[in-house]
Amino acid sequence: MVGSIRESHTASPPAGAAAARRRTVSRRRELWRRFRRHRLAVASAAILAAIILLVVVGPLAWRVPINDIDFTARLQGPSWQHPFGTDDLGQDLLARMLYGGHISLAVGLAAMMVAVAVGTVMGAVAGISRGGVDAGAMWVTDLFLSLPQLPLLLLIIYLFRDFLKSLAGPEFGVFIMIVIVIGGFRWMPVARLVRAQFFSLREKEFIEAARALGATTMRQVIHHILPNALGPVIVAGTIEVAAAIIAESTLSFLGLGFPPDIPTWGRILYDAKDYLDIAPHWALFPGAAIFLTVLTINFIGDGLRDALDPRKVM
Amino acid sequence: MGRYLARRLLLAIPSLLGISAILYTVLALAPGDPFGELATNPNVPPEVTAALRQKFGLDDPVVLRYFHWFIAMVHGDWGFSFASRIDVDTLILGRLPTTLFVLGSSQVLALLIALPIGVVAATRPYSIFDQLANAFAFVGFSLPTFFTGILLILVFSIKLDWLPFVYRADIAATGWQWYWENFKQAVMPVTVLGLFQGASWTRYVRSAVLDVIRLDYVTTARAKGLTERAVVAKHVVRNALIPVVTLVALQMPTVFGGAIVTEQIFRIPGIGSLLISAILANDTPVIMAVTFVFAGLVILFNLIADILYGWLDPRIAYR
Repeated sequence: MVGSIRESHTASPPAGAAAARRRTVSRRRELWRRFRRHRLAVASAAILAAIILLVVVGPLAWRVPINDIDFTARLQGPSWQHPFGTDDLGQDLLARMLYGGHISLAVGLAAMMVAVAVGTVMGAVAGISRGGVDAGAMWVTDLFLSLPQLPLLLLIIYLFRDFLKSLAGPEFGVFIMIVIVIGGFRWMPVARLVRAQFFSLREKEFIEAARALGATTMRQVIHHILPNALGPVIVAGTIEVAAAIIAESTLSFLGLGFPPDIPTWGRILYDAKDYLDIAPHWALFPGAAIFLTVLTINFIGDGLRDALDPRKVM
Repeated sequence: MGRYLARRLLLAIPSLLGISAILYTVLALAPGDPFGELATNPNVPPEVTAALRQKFGLDDPVVLRYFHWFIAMVHGDWGFSFASRIDVDTLILGRLPTTLFVLGSSQVLALLIALPIGVVAATRPYSIFDQLANAFAFVGFSLPTFFTGILLILVFSIKLDWLPFVYRADIAATGWQWYWENFKQAVMPVTVLGLFQGASWTRYVRSAVLDVIRLDYVTTARAKGLTERAVVAKHVVRNALIPVVTLVALQMPTVFGGAIVTEQIFRIPGIGSLLISAILANDTPVIMAVTFVFAGLVILFNLIADILYGWLDPRIAYR
């Protein structure tokens, strides 16, 4: 599976290419067959797909504005008019959660991409070079692993918030900053995984063959090693999404993430926490949304890990 | 052991330097100037501003300023809080014990959850118990600490009214009453943190025990006629704990993150809530010092993990 040899670039009679294509298709099917065995992961994939669909399509169907203040309907529990109830200003919580879901999921995905990109580059540089560069890159990785992340995140946000707001507007500026900062503190596991993969792959025969044919180091890395190192990175990336969603909600919950007019799930919880005794629904819905999203992503990551593990017989 | 410890202590210095350098870089890169207000205030003559800048060395090269700051931090000279008008070190030292108490108890609770569950799950892999333990672990580390905290407050403080949801450092009671009040208010924060940590540790313990339990020396121990209990407790667990200690040490930064959130929810007067209130009050000296203390604590716990290795694995200690 992961470490296996991909189709060769040198031997290319038509029959070989056709066989290679057939094998790629069957490999994907094989992956799906193995993933299906993890029943919780399949159920999680379905639930997560439903959540994403709701968040993307929901605002088109549920056309209540997120900032429609109605003091006659303050802190109401769930009803037909407001399926998730209302908050202290009488704003509809379903509309706010659908809108906030966009941001929470987008932050999770974007921060994962930052983390995977930085981690892959760091891991590849460390894994392909020997000696000083490798040692230096790993020292930096270990240093970042021992940074107190949340305090540092809070410090950076405190120092740079106003600057970025003036540069890119309140919503987009905060979004960019949170994505970069969360991604910038979560690339280390990916870097370690990629480095370990490089160490075992770069000694394999097919890399030696590529080197013998005169492939440059860059070509070896991009065309031959990286595609084969991706399996564990996909698993790590999946779990990064969950971690980034938790990180964003934590920042918003502490009141230091998005501004109040952008109701991410964490921000709704932050606003709700002082009304727990009279309006528990206000906190329960966004909390359950975060929990369900994170749980399903974690289960999918577990299923992918099982499916991509070549040693596991399924 | 002494030499090992000394070497570990020496190795901690570059990490402390590295972390503090990152901290200071962030501060130095930030827009704005601590004397910005003085410079724009028309009532302050420019000579005074210049003299103050001279006095605090603000026009020195950044590397020089970093070393001044670092030496001051190491000496315990952490500056003066803008918001509460007292020295930062008195402020932090007064609040540190509460944080350490809550953190320490929650780690003990996490260990009490993770060790038995992980070991039993690994000795019966793929059984019903193992699957339940796995589900518990996934739910445990997918529940964000702030949501668990809110749920506990909803159930135990608001619905049942058993436990107080505001943590007080100044309980006006003595003797047993004092201990009882302290215990009652610590239950929820400790549970929140302990469950979250315990859930992820359970998986570490399980996979570590699974790796060890198939080794030949375990079969030998069974063949000697030892009871299963003795085999697991004396031979398996000790070796399985070595990788677990690594993973636990790597998780320390996350633990402190969870502590900040829990302190904020339950209004525990520790350094985590101090950090949040300092950020909301733009109190830069306190923010820098608390972050520095957290960094120091992470390094301290890594050091403790290294010492634990020496104790768990005699091969390491004398190398």
